[in-house]
Amino acid sequence: MKELQELSRSLLADGQVNVVIGWEQGPTGARPVFVTKPEDADRLIFDQRCVHNLAAYLSPRRPNVGKLGKAAIVAKPCDAKAVAGLIRESQIKREDVVVIGVRCGGVLADPASKEALSAETVSERCPGCESREPTLADHVLGDMPPPPPGERRRDARIDELEAMPPAERWAFWQAEFERCVRCNACRQVCPLCTCDRCVTEKTQPLWIESSAHSRGVFAWQLTRAQHHAGRCADCGECDRVCPVDIPLGLLNREVARIVERRFGFEMTDDPAAAEPIGAFRMEDEQEFIR
Amino acid sequence: MVAFVCNWCTYTGADLAGTSRLTMAPNVRIVRLPCSGRIDPLMVLKAFERGADGVIVSGCHPGDCHYTSGNLHARRRFAIFHDLLQFFGFEEDRLTFSWVSASEGLKWREIVDGAVERVRALGPFEGFRYDRLSHGEPLEIPISTVAPAPAPAGGQA
Repeated sequence: MKELQELSRSLLADGQVNVVIGWEQGPTGARPVFVTKPEDADRLIFDQRCVHNLAAYLSPRRPNVGKLGKAAIVAKPCDAKAVAGLIRESQIKREDVVVIGVRCGGVLADPASKEALSAETVSERCPGCESREPTLADHVLGDMPPPPPGERRRDARIDELEAMPPAERWAFWQAEFERCVRCNACRQVCPLCTCDRCVTEKTQPLWIESSAHSRGVFAWQLTRAQHHAGRCADCGECDRVCPVDIPLGLLNREVARIVERRFGFEMTDDPAAAEPIGAFRMEDEQEFIR
Repeated sequence: MVAFVCNWCTYTGADLAGTSRLTMAPNVRIVRLPCSGRIDPLMVLKAFERGADGVIVSGCHPGDCHYTSGNLHARRRFAIFHDLLQFFGFEEDRLTFSWVSASEGLKWREIVDGAVERVRALGPFEGFRYDRLSHGEPLEIPISTVAPAPAPAGGQA
């Protein structure tokens, strides 16, 4: 933590950056903070409660952050994947951001939690994650931690769902989606939702109905998942912020599995990696086409 | 049933089926688009939302695209769309993807007859008709649409 504060202080004092986007201790738990003065660098923390993906603040959809000037961002390995995604999609330039990578062995599900990291308290996405250390980073801080505790539960749950007959699976997802209130929190928190105008807001023509009945909700959930194919950094933020606990993490994981199975693509924090959408191979599988 | 087809291959193929006087199931309404690359998954969903029981999506065979690669980009998008619908438990037989070239009038008939037969076996699509707003009754909320443009002042008598 000392390392992080000292590095941030010198970056700010040297004028290399105008703002450091990191986490601080808030009234209830860890929360994002924008440090613009070297003397404030002591507020920065990093521990297992630093759940938030701060890459969302780099998105051009948040011009107020951009106005602060050149930014340094503290990034876990999954956050670095989102930063890489923004660079890949020409939303930001590599030279416009300083990435302070932090080594990570999993985070808690709740940033306000006071418990230690264990198989029960760990965020659902972390078990099985193999990224300990971001490679897209100008500085890498911290000791190499042990892998996150617990089992990779999501894949087992997906296999379980896939084994169900389709009608049961439909009933399962309809019951989950029935709770959706279309608050768009999943979209707001997503670092890779960078569209100026989201398709869910288009009214002429009205692509996605805005009321919370099954037609509109299904169209929204499917579109959200589809639009993140090959782009999702699996930072789990949408899953965390969903006020009605729709298992968006499961969906994101399934999309990642589809993209890996079909196109051999896995999300990395390499900004030069080719994306699966917007590209094609002549020999792509087409067993579903008659 | 609704068919979203590309202008250059499948539409011409369907036209050929017509001019060849081939008899086929009369259930399908065709929506012609410039390319299968123009077919957004939301169009397919919209068709189901508005009461279609089945949808056909069809374009040029790989390599034959009028715009070189529109169908190949579309294929990746459809692959993800198809797999996601499967994961959501959507009845697979309601959605037919195919490649039909301009000379394949006969294949178009096969695709249409096959799709109609599969959908007929499933019956009407009711996936969106019952939810918490419907309280067990079929949902008959009018589908919100864009209001038609007002008639110009002093228009036709």
